[in-house]
Amino acid sequence: MNAALLAVVGLSMIAIGYRFYSKFIAEKIYQLDPDFETPAHAQRDDIDYVPTNRVVLWGHHFTAVAGAAPIIGPGIAVIWGWLPAFIWVVLGTMFFAGVHDFGAVWASVRSKARSVGALTGDVVTPRARTLFMIVVFFLLMMVNAVFGVAISDAFQETPSSVIPAWTAIVVAVAIGVLIYRMHVPILWPTIVGTVILYAVIFLGDAVPISLTDGLFGLAPGAQWIIILFVYAGIASLLPVWLLLQPRDYINGIQLFIGLGLLYGAVLIANPTIVAPAINANVPASAPPIFPLLFVTIACGAISGFHGLVGSGTTSKQLNKETDARFVGYLGSSGEGALALVAIIAATAGFASLTEWETMYSEFGNGGLAAFVQGGAVIVSSGVGISQGFATTLLTVMAVLFAGTTMDAGVRLQRYIIQEWGSIYSIPILQNGYIATAAAVSACLLLAFGAGGPSGEGGMLIWPLFGTTNQLLAGLTLLVISVMLVKLGRPARYTLTPMIFITTMALAAALVQLRTLFLQGRDAGWPAGGLLYPLLLIDLVIVVLAIFVMLEAGSAFMRERRSAATAST
Amino acid sequence: MTDASGPLDRFKALLEEFYVAPYRGALARAQRDEDDLFMLFVFAELMGVPNPAAYYTLELQPLLLERFHEWHRRQGLEHSPLDGFRCC
Repeated sequence: MNAALLAVVGLSMIAIGYRFYSKFIAEKIYQLDPDFETPAHAQRDDIDYVPTNRVVLWGHHFTAVAGAAPIIGPGIAVIWGWLPAFIWVVLGTMFFAGVHDFGAVWASVRSKARSVGALTGDVVTPRARTLFMIVVFFLLMMVNAVFGVAISDAFQETPSSVIPAWTAIVVAVAIGVLIYRMHVPILWPTIVGTVILYAVIFLGDAVPISLTDGLFGLAPGAQWIIILFVYAGIASLLPVWLLLQPRDYINGIQLFIGLGLLYGAVLIANPTIVAPAINANVPASAPPIFPLLFVTIACGAISGFHGLVGSGTTSKQLNKETDARFVGYLGSSGEGALALVAIIAATAGFASLTEWETMYSEFGNGGLAAFVQGGAVIVSSGVGISQGFATTLLTVMAVLFAGTTMDAGVRLQRYIIQEWGSIYSIPILQNGYIATAAAVSACLLLAFGAGGPSGEGGMLIWPLFGTTNQLLAGLTLLVISVMLVKLGRPARYTLTPMIFITTMALAAALVQLRTLFLQGRDAGWPAGGLLYPLLLIDLVIVVLAIFVMLEAGSAFMRERRSAATAST
Repeated sequence: MTDASGPLDRFKALLEEFYVAPYRGALARAQRDEDDLFMLFVFAELMGVPNPAAYYTLELQPLLLERFHEWHRRQGLEHSPLDGFRCC
């Protein structure tokens, strides 16, 4: 199969989805009104509520939702062959993610920019809101743990990426100081910072850094995981302007450069996909494609995290209600495009099927490693840079995406723990340092629980992360569907994805429950004991999924009855 | 977004907005927290809290009185805590 053709077909289908399906949803289902006064105008305070140019807002939404996850998920899921991953990413973007992200922005705009969490309480039941908060906390814990493991793996696979990745933090701090403290206009710090970021890759290639095995009795992977979480803890306590804001900004610029570079290289190099369309020789360790495909690829097909962004910041800045289509649907389309190129990199950037099968000898392999290895081959032959340089470049890109998510994720977890301290009157939890330590400890426990004392194999958490993410998406779609029923409009366009994705999440959680139990039993004590926190979390996810379904059923029956009573 | 005429100016304005917008609220709240602490510092002596720097902050009080009402409401005090200054 020709990779350039696959890219063109995939992008064309996503574009058709935007052109026709999103237009239908905008006009017939959400019924966007250009004259509706959005919260950005009605509640304008020039702080949170500010009417913003739709292109800028799309840029924020897109860069906030696209990161390492749409690279890692497809990079793992192609183990079942490129075709299922391709179909799920393209159709998922068109009929699931687009409607979900667009719907989250619309529902929030129509409800005074309230978040999906708050809307769950208002529209469904207060109990559903509690479910929502629990799911969000688990999601943050897992995303931090899994990205910590992913960066640790990347540093070990590509030691040349260590210096550039850490230098990016220095560059971000310098940009933050120049812009915020010294009021330097943004253009020059942006240009100089970006040039330094890419120039330092040469230094990384010349001075690769690997940690010594056995230092403090730990394997290099475990050392990296600890270093990364110590860093994330410190970073989450720093002022936003000093690190998080400039780091996010650099990442956004990197995302556009990276996407352009990858698609340009695919079209120029036109590689052949060596992976099978459907893999008949799936390794024994791989779980069944149904339902695991639908949670392994969450971001890139549909992701509940997008609803948090859409109803958190995006809805407060929407200038016109009709912009919701451009910002929400096209934002998720951008992420779909990233997932699509990740599929191509992980299947076409290999010399032979044997080389590809070696990479995918076990479930959980691949991911970032396959994206970097395959992507580097494609970029190298398409753009004409050395393969070593391309490898470092792509690793740094992915590491920065994951690192920024960790910074923000640990910070959000700290806020949640501090809020719990305030709600339940536990003063110690209200302390920022204690709350950060608790957040970091929970993530470390999860990372080592999945990866063992060496930290290797921690990508076992990935499907659990995907499951939680999909449950969140299900809850958001439930809120949108109930709102549609209340308005007397057809809810099947949001309800069908909701039922599908929640069912897949529940089935995937059950499959993983069995897998974790068997792995824990076979590993014996104490190695197997480390898996029990994961087992417990999985059990909680199963219970949550059942409750989400019950809440959905109950909310629908109630609204249907209300609608029937109103019509008689 | 600031007014911009040429394509370069528009690009700069776009970059500026791209940098600022996601964190506008967070930064404004952080600034307000710092300002609130400063207000406490300036008006501490009037509320019976000893302030070693009162001699220096005294002359700032008339300048900050305009913000006093919003500040005490933000601190959870429905009415003015100062006997000598009834803003509401």
